[in-house]
Amino acid sequence: MLLERWTKASLADLQGYVLLVGRTLRGAVSRPFFVHDVVEQFEQIGVGSLTVVLLTGFFTGAVLALQSGITLDQFGARSLVGRLVGASMILELGPVLTALMITGRVGSSIAAELGSMEVTEQISALRALGADPVRKLVVPRVLAGLFMVPVLTVIADFVGIAGGWVIATFQMGVASGVYWSSVTEGLFWQDPWVGLTKPFFLGFVIVTIACHVGLNVSGGTQGVGRATTRAVVRASIAVLAVDFFLTKLMVFLFY
Amino acid sequence: MRAERKGADGVMEQVPASESTVTLEEAFGPRAPVVLFDRVRLSFDETEVLSDITFTLLKGHTKLLLGASGSGKSTILKILLGLLKPDAGIVWVNGHRIESLPEERMMPLRNDMGMVFQEGALFDSLTVAENVGFKLYEQTRMPLDEVRARVEEVLGFIGLSEYIDRMPSELSGGQRRRVAIARAMATKPRLLLYDEPTTGLDPITATTVDDEIIKLRDLEEVSSIMVTHQLRDAFYIATHSARREDGRITIVPADEAKVREAEFIMLRDGRIVFEGDAEALRTSKDEYLRTFLS
Repeated sequence: MLLERWTKASLADLQGYVLLVGRTLRGAVSRPFFVHDVVEQFEQIGVGSLTVVLLTGFFTGAVLALQSGITLDQFGARSLVGRLVGASMILELGPVLTALMITGRVGSSIAAELGSMEVTEQISALRALGADPVRKLVVPRVLAGLFMVPVLTVIADFVGIAGGWVIATFQMGVASGVYWSSVTEGLFWQDPWVGLTKPFFLGFVIVTIACHVGLNVSGGTQGVGRATTRAVVRASIAVLAVDFFLTKLMVFLFY
Repeated sequence: MRAERKGADGVMEQVPASESTVTLEEAFGPRAPVVLFDRVRLSFDETEVLSDITFTLLKGHTKLLLGASGSGKSTILKILLGLLKPDAGIVWVNGHRIESLPEERMMPLRNDMGMVFQEGALFDSLTVAENVGFKLYEQTRMPLDEVRARVEEVLGFIGLSEYIDRMPSELSGGQRRRVAIARAMATKPRLLLYDEPTTGLDPITATTVDDEIIKLRDLEEVSSIMVTHQLRDAFYIATHSARREDGRITIVPADEAKVREAEFIMLRDGRIVFEGDAEALRTSKDEYLRTFLS
């Protein structure tokens, strides 16, 4: 009985998510467009997340160089540290860590904001005023997630590699030129494309999940708190799962 | 299937459904109702929220929906706005049959309706001016200075001109409700819906909100449906009218004909148990009504 109820609720939730995605895609390509809201969300999601992404990227690259340096030393391959940092950052850590940071910062804030609007009837008020909440609230956020997460990922990749360079050069004594040539030599031509394709999907998934959770809040302010946690947990798991399946697909297609 | 009709004392009694059905022609006649509910039913899971709800609202009149919490009052407003779809029955609003209209077709019809939500539901991130002019800014091609002029006019009507550039968080509870009324009336809708507009307000502030509702009904000829469990406010609205004299607006006790135009509907567990004017409600001998009124 409990399992049946849980299955039904989960399927209804999934159905709601798919419907929201459908309405979002339709809203993104048909009038009316809320240009002002789109610009505002690009600023909030993109520029607003810059600091956290810069810090995460830098320290990840630095720690990667630090840890891998110890292992590489055992094989006398310290000069290859750039290759390891570059490939790891561009292919995996840049997209995934940026996505997880965006999930924590942006996903939680979207779920809380839309959830609060739902419990205070502002979403109903929007509809009563003849505005479609999906076009007004969801589409601008999804567009911002879709386009700003890749931009942030590129920045995180670069800052991460730079973090690795700081450690490699100043602590491990690897020559600067050796480090940078190692970074470029270690990459296949497909790698930057793979690293750049992932964040589009991850950004879309994070924001749509957060919007879906936020718009379905019930239970007052307590519900908003629960929704925030739920959005972060679901989006984080989705990021890792989507990353896995995308990687598998792209390895199959490109390598 | 059985429905209910109003007895001599206003209390609803069981009648065959076929007798109680409001003819659809009624919606097209010269005195066409602004709102027509015909045997509307709605259930959430196993719970019946509305059961055979039938009523009409004429132009410029007020319907006051009373009832305990959970009796289905707010649900009626949500159905009127198309925010909820009934399981059965027919709903006409401003000459359009809306009970099964999809969201895209419902949107333009909402332009002729205004809704005041329980706590105001003002948009936190927008100023008072942006809240009040929301529909005009977002959905019309009206020049910005004209929108601003309309916003100033509406805020002047409710006496909050000086708050035009404030944020909702800077307003008191009563001011928020009045701004919500201003937002609802900004596009001059023919129908205004109020969902417990005075709940949680002190009696003096509640009276200022009541006055705005009376002014809109009597001076702007807006039809209205008000959901409340504040009897004091319901009777005040039913028994007062607004008058404009030498440019000044005053609220005075209404004449007998005007009082009769305001109809009360009492809901209990999703059913209409009373329909009638203030006098019929006051003098009703029904035990439930007596308990509710006491």
